[in-house]
Amino acid sequence: MNALFTEPFLVSLLFGAVTAGLPLLLAGLGEQISEKAGVLNIGLEGMMLLGAYTGFLATYHTGSFWLGFLAGGAGGMGAALIVLFLCVRKGLNQIVIGIAITVGSQGLTSLLHFVQFSRSYPRLAAAPALALPVLRQIPVLGKGLFSHNPLVYLTLILVGALTWVFRSTYLGLSLEAAGNKPAALDAAGVDVVRTRSFAVLCTGFLAGLGGAYMANVGAGLFVPFITGGAGVIGIVLAMLARGRPLWVLIGAALFGASLAMTTALQVAGINVPTDVVQMLPFAVVMLVLIIFARNSMLPSALGTPYVRGER
Amino acid sequence: MIKDATQAGQSADSPRSGQTAVAALRQVTKRFPGIVALDRVSLEFRPGEIHVLLGENGAGKSTLVSLLAGMQQPDEGEILIGGTPAVIDSPRRSMDFGIGAVFQRVLLVPSLTVIENLMLGGSWARALARGAALGRFHELSTLLGTRIDPNAPVSGLSLGEQQQVEIMRALWRDEKLLLLDEPTSMLTPQGVADLGRMMRRLRDNGVALILITHKLLEAHEFGDRISVLRLGSVAGEIDPLRLKTMNEAERTDTVIRMMFGVAGTDAAPDRNQSQELAILLGRKLHRANTVDRNEPAALSVRSMATAPDFAETPLHEVSFELWAGEILGIAGVDGNGQKHLAEVLAGQRPVRQGRIELAGSDITRGRVPERRQRGIRYVTDDRLGEGTVGTFSVATNLVLKEIGALPYWRHGISDWDLIHRDARERILRNDIRTPSELTPVGKLSGGNVQKVLLARELDAEANVAILNKPTYGLDLHNQRLALDRIVAAAARGVAVIVISTDLDELLEISDRIGVMFQGRLAGIVENSDGAGNRVRRLMTGAAAA
Amino acid sequence: MRTQSPIGTGLTATLLRVLIPVALALAVGGLILLVLGKDPLGYYGYVLQRSLLRWGGAQETLTRMAPLLLIAAGLIVAFRAGIWNLGGDGQFLLAAVASAALAPALSGALPRGPTLAVCMIVASLVGALWSLIPALLKARYGVNEIITTLMMSFLGVSLANVLIKLVLRDPDTTVPQTRSLGVDDRLPRLFGTTVHCGLVLAVLAVILVHLMMTRTAFGLRLQILGANRAAAVHAGFRVERLTLVAFALSAGLIGLGGAVEVLGVWGTVRADWNPAFGLLVVPLVFLARFNGYAVIGFTLFFSALMVGGESAARRVGVPQHYVLVLVALLLLFLALVEFLDQSRRKTSTA
Repeated sequence: MNALFTEPFLVSLLFGAVTAGLPLLLAGLGEQISEKAGVLNIGLEGMMLLGAYTGFLATYHTGSFWLGFLAGGAGGMGAALIVLFLCVRKGLNQIVIGIAITVGSQGLTSLLHFVQFSRSYPRLAAAPALALPVLRQIPVLGKGLFSHNPLVYLTLILVGALTWVFRSTYLGLSLEAAGNKPAALDAAGVDVVRTRSFAVLCTGFLAGLGGAYMANVGAGLFVPFITGGAGVIGIVLAMLARGRPLWVLIGAALFGASLAMTTALQVAGINVPTDVVQMLPFAVVMLVLIIFARNSMLPSALGTPYVRGER
Repeated sequence: MIKDATQAGQSADSPRSGQTAVAALRQVTKRFPGIVALDRVSLEFRPGEIHVLLGENGAGKSTLVSLLAGMQQPDEGEILIGGTPAVIDSPRRSMDFGIGAVFQRVLLVPSLTVIENLMLGGSWARALARGAALGRFHELSTLLGTRIDPNAPVSGLSLGEQQQVEIMRALWRDEKLLLLDEPTSMLTPQGVADLGRMMRRLRDNGVALILITHKLLEAHEFGDRISVLRLGSVAGEIDPLRLKTMNEAERTDTVIRMMFGVAGTDAAPDRNQSQELAILLGRKLHRANTVDRNEPAALSVRSMATAPDFAETPLHEVSFELWAGEILGIAGVDGNGQKHLAEVLAGQRPVRQGRIELAGSDITRGRVPERRQRGIRYVTDDRLGEGTVGTFSVATNLVLKEIGALPYWRHGISDWDLIHRDARERILRNDIRTPSELTPVGKLSGGNVQKVLLARELDAEANVAILNKPTYGLDLHNQRLALDRIVAAAARGVAVIVISTDLDELLEISDRIGVMFQGRLAGIVENSDGAGNRVRRLMTGAAAA
Repeated sequence: MRTQSPIGTGLTATLLRVLIPVALALAVGGLILLVLGKDPLGYYGYVLQRSLLRWGGAQETLTRMAPLLLIAAGLIVAFRAGIWNLGGDGQFLLAAVASAALAPALSGALPRGPTLAVCMIVASLVGALWSLIPALLKARYGVNEIITTLMMSFLGVSLANVLIKLVLRDPDTTVPQTRSLGVDDRLPRLFGTTVHCGLVLAVLAVILVHLMMTRTAFGLRLQILGANRAAAVHAGFRVERLTLVAFALSAGLIGLGGAVEVLGVWGTVRADWNPAFGLLVVPLVFLARFNGYAVIGFTLFFSALMVGGESAARRVGVPQHYVLVLVALLLLFLALVEFLDQSRRKTSTA
């Protein structure tokens, strides 16, 4: 038991939690924006994967990680465009399209990677890390939490920014109305389709960004299916967080921690089978769902396309 | 179609009309697949005037509303704003033109507060300007005479208060034209009076108001000018001057003639029309049977209570008895427990407390299948939401509540041939207008969906029937039909409960009328002289006289 | 997605509505290959030849169909009832592990027939049990089953691995796997081919499910539940019970798929083995619009693609996952064609 609270273990755990949790956080925040506006993005995994690939490609060719992040965001937005045109504008079934995007991205990125790199998996240089001036000195936390790629800090700021947007701007009101009673939003003169389209594009960008981070910073390379369920977890986080970005942060942190647990335990010299540890986060989610079963609160217009004048 | 003789010479540009109109329709036509909703309609809406648009369901009123509100565009003709032709292609454009609309369905976001709902529509990049919004809120509150907490969540407001918020929203940017689409259906009599006061204040402040209704009384009460719509055209118009010179009887007569196209006092109207007129003029439908109260009651409810539910008012201590062949009307403003009453009797909602007995045996514990087996039938007001499955055929919907039972199901296997054959016969017998028995029910018109429901529920084995708002949203012809079927069922010995917000209808067919108020049965009144007034008093919460 | 076809659609119309998305998907997929410098016709030709035109390949294709058909049967039951059972992977894998563990143990004591039968029943039960928590949460509290089934799926896959690596591990092998079931103890082959009789079971299952949905009271109730839950309550269905039964049936069939694959093909379950059929079959079921016979056709098509595509990487330079792109395109074009069809119908009817 002593091995658990040594510095190497804790640093490994914290560092790993942030690295594993950040893509989940980005995906979850993105999904939250869509869900607030009433769009269920089952294709989140696909958006992340596309972003991972485009991000990797950009950094591989240019050496710039920031370009990689931007490209990742753009890749995610590309997939989001499909949702925009088919689901938001035309009203096609969101779940079917979402599955198509996920499956399609998996296939497309595998195909593209194969064509480009065949069976080799080139690695990127180590991603730049920004150690925050004073905070880096703190024992354990300094190395664990405050020496990460700048994107991490930006995302934390994003959590705060989103909270503010949701509560104190007209955009936030519009999103909420679009998800709860689109007819009211329409009657107030705001274009429901435009609102939802905007939300979906934001989701695509954030998801793609998360994917790019996973590939470029987390792994340093791209393998097909690299996102491995992160998108699904993002959907779950968004659904459980009930409209509050802070809860997505907490959920992502917890998930990240359990994902990082295996490596951390190894560092501490404790050998717990990977699979058992990997079960932890999902078991926790199920427990939360079972305990709080009666209080599911999803926006009432979630998943239903809006058609003006339709009864 | 016969127009009122007085309409000739009454043109929109008549020198007697006075001030220039805020908005006007000129020869506007709007078509939908299969019908012409508006046919060369010309109307003017003037400032400082309450212009009532009167017409029954299907006359074209909703289409007119949607044109002015920017939800649809006219196929022909033009809309003029302040004398200039304008294209209103979105709700935003409609607002920009100074038109505010309050629709039948409440369009507020329940999870937001009052003030947040009113702030909807601002430019995205900016933070909420709560201060300015609250200022405007207080201005409008003074103008309208309302007292609502701006920070209250909308879900906690009564329907009347929600409507007041909607009116505020419609006037938020100093709109010059206020459109009210059937605003009184959800209001208490007090609420209606408040609304009337509000409308007059606005009118006196120079706002042009359009009041859309199918109730004659409201037209008399509030209208400065009355235009009657019939089947998509303006059947007639009564300007303010003329309105003032008529007494109530003359007004009623003129308006009815315009609404139903009766030629003149001399020509004898055909039998249907004369029945309709008779109803409107207050005489009751002929009932073939009388109720024998000496027999034991068919249905007996004692101290019924239901558990609260966030959507509807629960029941407290409801008790009554019902006899075979009797029609018990349940009156009351919508949302006072009627839904729970219907559902608990049908078995869809569990009893929290109390007893239900059917012909002496206790059926409290049973749910829908058991109730149905004993002959209890329920025609829901939510016809397409729960009464039928829109994507399934008429035939399937006709047997929806008998799935698994003989003769259509033997050992669980479906006999589709028999189902379809019987459906064809029932369609003919009940005059259901549908291309075939395989047509998805969602494609039928409202009246025909109701016919399906009535055909299904008022079958031979029914002995108690509960009908919730059976004529809501139907045109006059189908309303008649529904009421006829209900009366016929009672004549066969079925014990009937009719829940309705239309007091006239209840007065017409009921033996007794019960009033729901805040989940209790405020009283049951015999349907004799003066019943209407006694019921109205009970509806406001006063104890039974 | 509509659950009932409208009147007036002839056989030609239906065929067109199915074949047009397929043709479009193959065309656009081919274009993508072309853009990437590969030969689409060469690829399609190779796949066709490898998977159907050669006897060995054809047998592989048919064998691959067995688990896919059973999963499809399970998904038809769930989706028609309005239940998004996306937990197929976990249900499949755990059931597979259960049968892989039980079979060698029983094969000593019982003859082949009863052993296999018992294993299949147990596997189905395991699959059904694994869906119990999501089923209860949905039936009683209305908790969204998309989340719960997906979570249980992840859990199930991990649990399966834990069981294989720690509890059921065959001590004699280097790679962690369950104790192997001898070839002679596996599902009997059909008529001297390498295709095991699980295929017959699978085809039967799909047909039975189809008949159940279209011709029985139970099936009709499930369809109504899926189409309009409020109406189901109004009509007096025991909605909770229906939900639980639908879940159990669905997961049980998927579990049977897992058993059939193990008992018929592999004889063992290796650690980290996850063919992930659970989500892959979802598009097929939609493409077939939940019709049992169409499902068989699409599954054959998809099986051939998978089998042919697996070796295409070496031969034609197209990786096996390209098949996923085709599936995605199929889904997109299907949704589009159906949308166009519906809007055309809306404007033509008065």
